[in-house]
Amino acid sequence: MASIEMRNIVKQYGDGFPAVNDVSLDIADGEFMILVGPSGCGKSTLLRMIVGLEDITSGDMVIGGKRVNDLAPRDRNLSMVFQNYALYPHMSVYENIAFPLRLSKTPDDEVRRRVTEAADVLELNEHLDRKPANLSGGQRQRVAMGRAIVRQAEAFLFDEPLSNLDAKLRGQMRTEISRLQRRLGITTVYVTHDQTEAMTLGDRVCVLRKGKIQQVASPRELYEQPVNLFVAGFIGSPPMNFLPATLEGNRLQTPFGPIELDERRAAAVQGRDLLLVGIRPEYFEDASLVDEAKRPLGSVFRARVDVTEWLGDSQYAYIPYDAPDAIRDQLRDLSRELDSEALRTQAIVSIDATSRIREGREAEFWLDSRKVHVFDPQSGENLTRDAEAGARLTQLANEDRVEQVQEAQSQGHTISDDSGTGAHRAGAA
Amino acid sequence: MSRREKTWWMVGGILILVYCLFPIAWIVSLSFKAPTDIATGQFLPTQPTWSNYADIFTGTASDLFLPALRNSFGIVLIATAIASVLSMFAAYAIARLDFPGKTLILSTALAVAIFPVISIVTPLFNVWRQIGLYDTWPGLIIPYLSLTLPISIWTMSAFFREIPWEMEQAAQVDGATTWQAFRKVIVPLAAPGVFTTAIIAFFIAWNDFIYGISLTSTDAARPVPAALGLFSGASQFEDPTTVTAAAAVVVTIPVVILVLLFQRRIVAGLTNGAVKG
Repeated sequence: MASIEMRNIVKQYGDGFPAVNDVSLDIADGEFMILVGPSGCGKSTLLRMIVGLEDITSGDMVIGGKRVNDLAPRDRNLSMVFQNYALYPHMSVYENIAFPLRLSKTPDDEVRRRVTEAADVLELNEHLDRKPANLSGGQRQRVAMGRAIVRQAEAFLFDEPLSNLDAKLRGQMRTEISRLQRRLGITTVYVTHDQTEAMTLGDRVCVLRKGKIQQVASPRELYEQPVNLFVAGFIGSPPMNFLPATLEGNRLQTPFGPIELDERRAAAVQGRDLLLVGIRPEYFEDASLVDEAKRPLGSVFRARVDVTEWLGDSQYAYIPYDAPDAIRDQLRDLSRELDSEALRTQAIVSIDATSRIREGREAEFWLDSRKVHVFDPQSGENLTRDAEAGARLTQLANEDRVEQVQEAQSQGHTISDDSGTGAHRAGAA
Repeated sequence: MSRREKTWWMVGGILILVYCLFPIAWIVSLSFKAPTDIATGQFLPTQPTWSNYADIFTGTASDLFLPALRNSFGIVLIATAIASVLSMFAAYAIARLDFPGKTLILSTALAVAIFPVISIVTPLFNVWRQIGLYDTWPGLIIPYLSLTLPISIWTMSAFFREIPWEMEQAAQVDGATTWQAFRKVIVPLAAPGVFTTAIIAFFIAWNDFIYGISLTSTDAARPVPAALGLFSGASQFEDPTTVTAAAAVVVTIPVVILVLLFQRRIVAGLTNGAVKG
């Protein structure tokens, strides 16, 4: 186990294109770090530089206090789960898992003990004699993880490990990976473009865009205190709504009526003509269902609903709005960059599942103005970000992590050399 | 497919089969005929006889045929083995590494493959005589490599290209050196490809006639196709046709066995090379 430190890492390809541009990131020992971003943001490249499959153009990669820039992958003692698993088709599951041990010339009975132990953890015991071709997707995934956990690696690296599974299995494997990581307490770097995975798995999440780090924070901080338009738009599903707004005193004029800002936020946004207000779908509600006590904390507006989607436990309404051309273009660029295609400017609002708001009719909505963020449309910067509140959230997440790891380890769930060889010795005696 | 269409396909298929197999059937039939039986105008031998086969294995033609058979097997197997190993390394480099002159190597290989053999055989004959390779096994193995290597490299690099890169990277992350990754992961995965390539190389070398007849003069190295041309009849008025036919049948047998055993792989290998090469 080891910490991973990256200092000003740059990856430049032959044509001069910087796939990763000046990335500095510290991953603590035992931490679960997610690298997330739209396709082409450099997250996989960064991971492959950690493991050594990609050369580092400049900067320092330090693993466990040792600079590893010039070490071959096999000398870095990291284990990796590939997107397509990269299992060896000509070997049985047992030999696949045992492969790293065989290469390090581990004695046979030690190999058997470790492989069985890993297979126990991953519930692969009954498949050990089969070939990977005869396994289901989820089983193959577990074999790939078995190969990763079977030796005492300094860290685990995952490259979009769940993207080849169907949705249901993905959910199961996600919790499985989370449990395994806590149990083993090993530093983990996990690349994904799926923000659900990012939010649920990570102690901290690193959002990348075009090879640059946008924000590194706990999922909660990313969600509640995003540093800019990109992070705000990337994290959250359905995504945050961005409305054009102009400032009049302490009040923002938006297509959905005026929004009152508190002193702090009003001061932060002064002096700009055009602003973007970011409002998450769940800050909206059907006005008729809002508690009287809560009502004054927000504003109420009327709008025509284009489409509603009822999902049983929740309901979404789509409300089209007009935006100046400049804003419209910018929002379109942003959504394209986030791998989606926004065809029209519309707000997605989450309303109670019991709401009877109908498509094509005007309805009254309530908007919780306490948590809205205001962005500068030019730079994309979040003007109303509360850095202290954000840091507090990340601090809390970190404390949780330490506590969880200690708890898992006190229960003796780890695959460790000591307990294993201890049992082995006892057996031999 | 309608019934009618089916019958047409059947008829067409049978016609093609007959067209292709007729010469072989003829040779088989010839090999069972007595020399006097050739000109009777009958397709089937009037009095089937094993005498031709007896002739090549124990009779007069055996001095010519048996050493040739030994030479052919020895030379072709050695050439095939060398070609397979060399082309395995070459193809791996071509499929995996990015180095200047990669296309040059591939196109040179192709150029060598399409270069007419007959045009280099005369100079080769002179060179071989000068340096003492004439009428020796190495003297045939080397030209056979030039026949088999190009196609082997092309076929094999198509196979290597289909092995996912990640497989090797995974092995490296798991602690393997480049050589270990190649030996323990890539080679076993490429085994079917190596195998197909070896079979194709074997056929090419086995069927060669020009080098065989030009670069040998005695039993020391003469392969079967060349030996067949040198058969003579019992007297100078008798044609060696039937004996030659019997020898041809014997020579075809290993090829037929190989094809029957490895049909699928050969087809996969050929199409592989064709589409992806």
